[in-house]
Amino acid sequence: MVTTSARADAAVVVRGLTKHYGDKRAVDGLDLDVARGECVAVLGPNGAGKTTTVEVLEGYRRRDGGEVAVLGQDPGTAGRDWRTHVGIVLQSADDAAEATVGELVRQFARYYPDPRDPAEVVAAVGLQDRERTRVRRLSGGQRRRLDVALGIVGRPELLFLDEPTTGFDPQARHEFWDLVHRLRDEGTTVLLTTHYLEEAERLADRVVVVAAGRVVGSGTPAALGGRAARSAVVRWVEDGAARELTTDAPTRVVAELAARWADRGLDEVPGLEVRRPTLEDVYLRMIGEAAGTTDGLPAATGATDAVRVGARVGVPA
Amino acid sequence: MSATTERRAGVTASPPARTSVRLPSTLRLGLARTQHEVRLFFRERDAVVFVFAYPVIMLAIFATVFGGQEDVAAPGVTFAQYFLPGMVATGVVLSSFQQLATTIAVERDEGGLKRLRGTPLPASAYFLGKVGQVLVTSLLQTALLLVVAAVVYDVPLPGDVARWVTFAWVWALGTAAGAVCGVAFSSVPRSGRSASAVVTPVVLVLQFVSGVFFAFDDLPSWMQSLASFFPLKWLAQGMRSVFLPDAAAAAEVGGSWQHGATAAVLVAYLVVGLVLGARTFRWTRRDAG
Repeated sequence: MVTTSARADAAVVVRGLTKHYGDKRAVDGLDLDVARGECVAVLGPNGAGKTTTVEVLEGYRRRDGGEVAVLGQDPGTAGRDWRTHVGIVLQSADDAAEATVGELVRQFARYYPDPRDPAEVVAAVGLQDRERTRVRRLSGGQRRRLDVALGIVGRPELLFLDEPTTGFDPQARHEFWDLVHRLRDEGTTVLLTTHYLEEAERLADRVVVVAAGRVVGSGTPAALGGRAARSAVVRWVEDGAARELTTDAPTRVVAELAARWADRGLDEVPGLEVRRPTLEDVYLRMIGEAAGTTDGLPAATGATDAVRVGARVGVPA
Repeated sequence: MSATTERRAGVTASPPARTSVRLPSTLRLGLARTQHEVRLFFRERDAVVFVFAYPVIMLAIFATVFGGQEDVAAPGVTFAQYFLPGMVATGVVLSSFQQLATTIAVERDEGGLKRLRGTPLPASAYFLGKVGQVLVTSLLQTALLLVVAAVVYDVPLPGDVARWVTFAWVWALGTAAGAVCGVAFSSVPRSGRSASAVVTPVVLVLQFVSGVFFAFDDLPSWMQSLASFFPLKWLAQGMRSVFLPDAAAAAEVGGSWQHGATAAVLVAYLVVGLVLGARTFRWTRRDAG
């Protein structure tokens, strides 16, 4: 339960949100809090209800049940004044092909009472050399940065970014992350949905994992899933059989193994590897459990990681 | 119900973050949108050729090919003079109905409408911008048609005020009815890509059955009756009453210009279009839930 004092400083409060499409429960009792100034990333597989949730918060969709407050108002009934404080970057838009970048940003600036300087916004997203370029001539990444420019020109307190870097090359993605960091430094609250774990790790103070319309985990990127989920796995081969031990003290386990083999007069523990689950492992296990899989880490991920560790060990330093 | 409301009120208890600065007025935003829309219209090559220039091109072709015909519908009326009112009416329908039905469908499909919905731009300012764009382009188009007809094809333009008054109300009602019907019809195409394929044939068929290419009284009577249900026939007839001598009224199917019926049909379309448009308008695609 949230206390009143916590709410006063919340940008987003969601309790028990539900949304059905026919028989399908797209969102099924979802809770979410975003504090002012915070950056929260919502992660989840396709069809988990991320976009539906965000579109309810943006005021595009009606909810079937639950309580929603965005900047203190119900987005289903909030008016123009509320929209001046909210910036929205949609998942896909390919409109206004014949307008130029500068024209479009200046046009959108006119809709707001206290906009940012359009030229500064164009420069902030790195499109200053494209100011007079028609939108249809922009690359996919430039197009997306224009979307962001249009989302922030009104000086929003809360910015929604729905899968903002899908289709970006690595350099464009890093530039985009720098831009989001700058917005955060200016105090903008950011609610981000993404498929990219690295993006969540780089940008978010907190990660919320959604599967089948519910929150299945939440925490800082480093602590997501709790201590148990982050336990290291030590593997080795003994008496011709693969052994595995899950532990919070891998150094001690490795030291004990080394001592055991030293007693046998051997320097190396065969097949020794230590691996810690990445955010991706934790994430995959969470959505796997939500989907009804109970056998821990998906086999494929474990295998990939083992190969990686093995290769690293195999190359002499 | 009241319990839910109370609980919701609990969540929304926190005060707005910032005291708001004055929002820009709807009228100012409507003008800003008009300017933006007109600029984009003239950059869209398809629209410039098939909406703006089309009636002028058709006038040029028909007037050149059939230029030798004299005494069309009434003594002293050249083919170009007879053809001009039909092209003025066609231009009005293209600039209002076809233009809005197509572009709004495309904007909806491309996500432009959804983007606007996420800003503080009021819906009324968006529609003011559309109306402004239609008025500006349609006025320029009609003016261009009249100039070309008068200068190149020696069509005499009316000299008395009464005819220009008729012209003004027929033009304004036709443009308004076409615009609201265009907004309503924009929900029919299932995608932006199919929009012009769905909208253009509707207008083209109307042009043929409404007698803008042929003398209306030469059409089979079932076609005449069919056309009477649609506004283009009445718009063209109203324009003929402006640009043809009164003697030509005898050649009309009804034997007169029927101004009352013209006004009634156009107003009916205006009202029906307004109601339908307001009920069916969507900011997002149909598949968006």
